[in-house]
Amino acid sequence: MLRFIVGRLLQAIPVLFAVVTITFFLVRAAPGGPFDDEKAVVPEVRAALEAQYQLDQPLHRQYFSYLHDLLRGDLGPSFKYPGRSVNEIIAAGFPVTAELGIYAMIVALFIGGTAGVVAALKPNTLQDYIPMSAAMIGICMPAFLLGPLLLLIFGVQLEWLPVSGWGQLPGDKILPSLTLGAAYAAYIARLSRGGMLDVMSQDFIRTARAKGLPEHIVVLRHGLRAGFIPVIAFLGPAFAGILSGSFVIETVFQIHGLGRFFVQAAFNRDYTLILGCTLFLSVLIILFNLLSDIVAAWMNPRLRSQLGGGRRK
Amino acid sequence: MNQTLTLEKYEKGTSLWVDAWVRLKKNHLAIAGMFFLVLLALLCLFAPWLTPYSYEEQNIALGASGPSWQHWLGTDTFGRDLLTRILYGGRVSLAVGLVATAVSLVIGVTYGAIAGYVGGRVDAVMMRFVDIVYALPFMIFVVLLMVVFGRNLILLFLAIGAVEWLTMARIVRGQVQTLRQQEFVEAAIAMGLSNWTIIRKHLIPNSLGPVIVYTTLTIPSVMLFEAFLSFLGLGIQPPQSSWGVLISYGVETMEEYPWLLIFPGLVLSMTLFALNFLGDGLRDALDVRSSKD
Repeated sequence: MLRFIVGRLLQAIPVLFAVVTITFFLVRAAPGGPFDDEKAVVPEVRAALEAQYQLDQPLHRQYFSYLHDLLRGDLGPSFKYPGRSVNEIIAAGFPVTAELGIYAMIVALFIGGTAGVVAALKPNTLQDYIPMSAAMIGICMPAFLLGPLLLLIFGVQLEWLPVSGWGQLPGDKILPSLTLGAAYAAYIARLSRGGMLDVMSQDFIRTARAKGLPEHIVVLRHGLRAGFIPVIAFLGPAFAGILSGSFVIETVFQIHGLGRFFVQAAFNRDYTLILGCTLFLSVLIILFNLLSDIVAAWMNPRLRSQLGGGRRK
Repeated sequence: MNQTLTLEKYEKGTSLWVDAWVRLKKNHLAIAGMFFLVLLALLCLFAPWLTPYSYEEQNIALGASGPSWQHWLGTDTFGRDLLTRILYGGRVSLAVGLVATAVSLVIGVTYGAIAGYVGGRVDAVMMRFVDIVYALPFMIFVVLLMVVFGRNLILLFLAIGAVEWLTMARIVRGQVQTLRQQEFVEAAIAMGLSNWTIIRKHLIPNSLGPVIVYTTLTIPSVMLFEAFLSFLGLGIQPPQSSWGVLISYGVETMEEYPWLLIFPGLVLSMTLFALNFLGDGLRDALDVRSSKD
């Protein structure tokens, strides 16, 4: 198991290197620079600014100096937020995005998992069709449509919930979390339904029933553990999607998280902030993919022994 | 064995495609989805002849008005007919969906077929590359690309196509790997056919089932992606519109003129619904293994 984890972490290094290199040269190949908008800037001031951020040096020098700083964990100063380092901006934005992501994940797992299991218990009946049709709505209604619609209904028309912000008014976290989680709830519902259908017809479930265990124990303790493996495997990609999806949610609900900083940085040509956000998000996505593979392996005894060194009975 | 006998046998047997069509016809949701899509595509295609309004001509005096006999779905704040704009926007949205999917299809199928057919070290290197690219945060890259190089429609096709080909390559490679161990491929090799002919005539046609299914499911995700980019202001430029642009515009004015959000949103959702139902139906019809649930 340890070898598997270390191997995967080593594989991540070239990927991250590629991310840094591609992003670095991509943003610089673009027409326009970070100080183009400021029309009032005198040429001398502009030259001074560019010197301060090393923009006057040859490209390869900038690249190597960036890599050098990066190895020490320093993502450099932001171009558009004077006096703030990229590390500080990420440290300020990430907790918000993380909290939003976690709530969305809870929404997705709880609603999606319940719907999928309920549907799988009585396949091809109303108890199956109703939750699964509801799940289709989650798939076919993108967040940038669902979010505003929920806002229109619960925020503007009914006035039950605040229309924007994060942590300023009671209840303002409900709509963003629900919107972000909805699509993943739908996928999880379909995956857990499929997984449970497969599992519930297997021998060990019949054995559990034959032992006289009550049905809810059979489903929750024996069925869920095997039936949720596809869901666990989906959690890594889901987390990646939730992180990228939070751009939209943070824009719609005016939340100052990482996604909004990234989009603004991209529009502002804030080179270091773009690079920092991209790299940070890539690290997170890779880590979560690894984590979900480990958990999936741990839940499936057959895979566990394949990975070697796992606990065997 | 004479010619007529083989012909008769051929006519009596049901091919995979006939079989699949029979199964698909039983799935009412999938068929309904198909009809909806065909109808919508025709309406969008012939929009210039169907509607008396232009998609860019403004009528400031009229302004935003709700649904009426003159304007079935109302007008936007510039007095432009919403139904007309939805139909014209549909041309862009559907075109992006089809072209970007076609790009991903060509790259993915070629790449996967070569990796699966050649096998060995070439396969290992090629699929390793796919794994690495998979780990890149693509959503972020496409957003970056659109910001950096301007909102270019061709770039949009290429960027989305470049993101979506990976899964296709994996699917095709898996199929080809299984197929090439079968006798008819061995026979083709023994007959001295060239590698390229074998890939083109035997391997690709035989792995079409999963490819078609995945293609139907790629189109909605591509359309969603275009709408997402347009929503961020990175997609199609005005006065041209796509459904994403219309929704984004509708969000800005939803408190005063909710129909500007609701109708484009409804059309996008219904199209995605139809595509997903059709995709699910095709999977059940074509892929015997997964049709048990």
